[in-house]
Amino acid sequence: MTRAGGFILLAAALTLPLWLPNAYHLHVAIMAGIFAVLAMSLNLLLGYTGQLSLGHAAFFGIGAYTSALLTLKLEWSFWPALATAAALAGAAGFLIGRLALKLRGAYFVLVTISFAGVIALVSVNWIELTNGPLGLPGVPAPELGSWSLRTKTAYYYLVLASVGLSYLLCRRLVRSRIGRALVALRENEPLAESVGVDVTHYLVLATAVSAAMAGLGGVLYAHYTRFVSPEVFLFTYTVTMVIMVVAGGKGTLGGPLVGAVLFTVLPEALRAATSWQWQMLAYGVLLVLLVFFLPRGIVPRLSAVVAARRSEPAAPAPRA
Amino acid sequence: MLAVRDLAVRFGGVTALESVSFDVRVGSITSVIGPNGAGKTTAFNAITGYLRPSGGRVTYDGAALTGLRPSAIARRGVVRTFQKTSVFPALSVEDNVLTGLHLWSTAGFFAVLAGRRRLAAEERALAAEAVAIIDFVGLGPRRREVASALPYGEQRLVELAVALAARPRVLLLDEPGAGMTGSEKTVVSGLIRRIREQGVTVLLVEHDMRMVMGISDTVIVLNGGRVIAEGAPAAIQAHPEVIRAYLGAAAASA
Repeated sequence: MTRAGGFILLAAALTLPLWLPNAYHLHVAIMAGIFAVLAMSLNLLLGYTGQLSLGHAAFFGIGAYTSALLTLKLEWSFWPALATAAALAGAAGFLIGRLALKLRGAYFVLVTISFAGVIALVSVNWIELTNGPLGLPGVPAPELGSWSLRTKTAYYYLVLASVGLSYLLCRRLVRSRIGRALVALRENEPLAESVGVDVTHYLVLATAVSAAMAGLGGVLYAHYTRFVSPEVFLFTYTVTMVIMVVAGGKGTLGGPLVGAVLFTVLPEALRAATSWQWQMLAYGVLLVLLVFFLPRGIVPRLSAVVAARRSEPAAPAPRA
Repeated sequence: MLAVRDLAVRFGGVTALESVSFDVRVGSITSVIGPNGAGKTTAFNAITGYLRPSGGRVTYDGAALTGLRPSAIARRGVVRTFQKTSVFPALSVEDNVLTGLHLWSTAGFFAVLAGRRRLAAEERALAAEAVAIIDFVGLGPRRREVASALPYGEQRLVELAVALAARPRVLLLDEPGAGMTGSEKTVVSGLIRRIREQGVTVLLVEHDMRMVMGISDTVIVLNGGRVIAEGAPAAIQAHPEVIRAYLGAAAASA
């Protein structure tokens, strides 16, 4: 993305509540932001190390439950609960990374799915702690000093700050030797080892960071909807993240952001436009078209177009 | 000195290597030759940690390498290339080499997150070094091209550049000339000589006898998982066991 384009987008995001004051629209924007954090988190694994986590909703749910429980039962304030929830999700990611040490591809996918299954069962059955399927209502809204971030506008800025922080974190990681080590694992693991990249160390690191970020997404979700139930572990959440990352462009910094916005806004727009059955059909057709025409995702395609435009003036125009 | 002692590798009932011992002198170019299936690549895999030997050990400067992960062996200065072309396909030549420089960057997780200023300086230094290495192997004009888009011969040079980026003290090259044209092989031979001149010890597996005899100080001949001869190129070419291994018994007595 060009620098100017980036600034325009940033300015648009910062002023969004001014030109989109409608509560419903703000709600969509907040959900897009939460999913942007989740998609960026999944992209760190899927896009850079090439390993697919199909249990990502587990880290999302761990973040949501931890923060909800800490604020409800122990009456912690929001910020330390947020930090603890993200850290706990990160620790769970570390554990999965260690477990999956030598596992790649389909085996990594299986370990992450099983983990999510186990965690979901715990959330349903450990009734004393989680209140089972009834969930935990009344999760408090976050406060900043004497301010309550109860309003949609305030919450929008909290989510936006989280998106910005996550983006910055990903950008720094990806553009460092750590990012290169992650990509080396994706591209050619034996070669990476041969030049001294301790591949498993970096896979564990990536899983932990990714999980912590998904945990952050869970915290934002819990304190926004003010209610946590075992639904947060639904497989649909993971699938949505995967669609966002793949459609937006995996292994790019902007891809998950574009994917998150598109696939939060689109279902809402379709809902307004047509009946439920047509919605799902249109959604499916669009997905198939995207995969068919933009197999590498929207952002890589756009960058290729921009790069071609730029090099065009340099080439001499053909004469008739 | 890289010392290989009684190295044995067995796959089930098949003995790929049976008590192989040899030394690679510091600063030498040493070649391992032998008919197909002699155990050359198996020996490479066992030395560099890609295969756990069934017996024996490998030491470098007295320290044991056996049992270490490949990345740990690379950290000790023993770096290999692969027989099958092996690059980071989707990355540019430059990013391939930058990845090879992994061990020479100090950026840790928290320093990266904090965006320390010294990291930017380090990245610039690494980028400059990558350019120097790419120029050394003669891929300067290809620097920004995606590795998988390069012709075969140039991909092999990318692979060599990635290995050099790890700044090896011992470089193990597995058939660097395989599938190359005559002129490309001449280029590679010249590069190997220049790499040695920079103080890097080279251990080579190669089938091209002209290349082997032209650049090696010592040649080790493997056959059937054992060392059957070791010596200077001229001595090896006249060695009856070697002639027998390559051409059969009749040729040796003729």
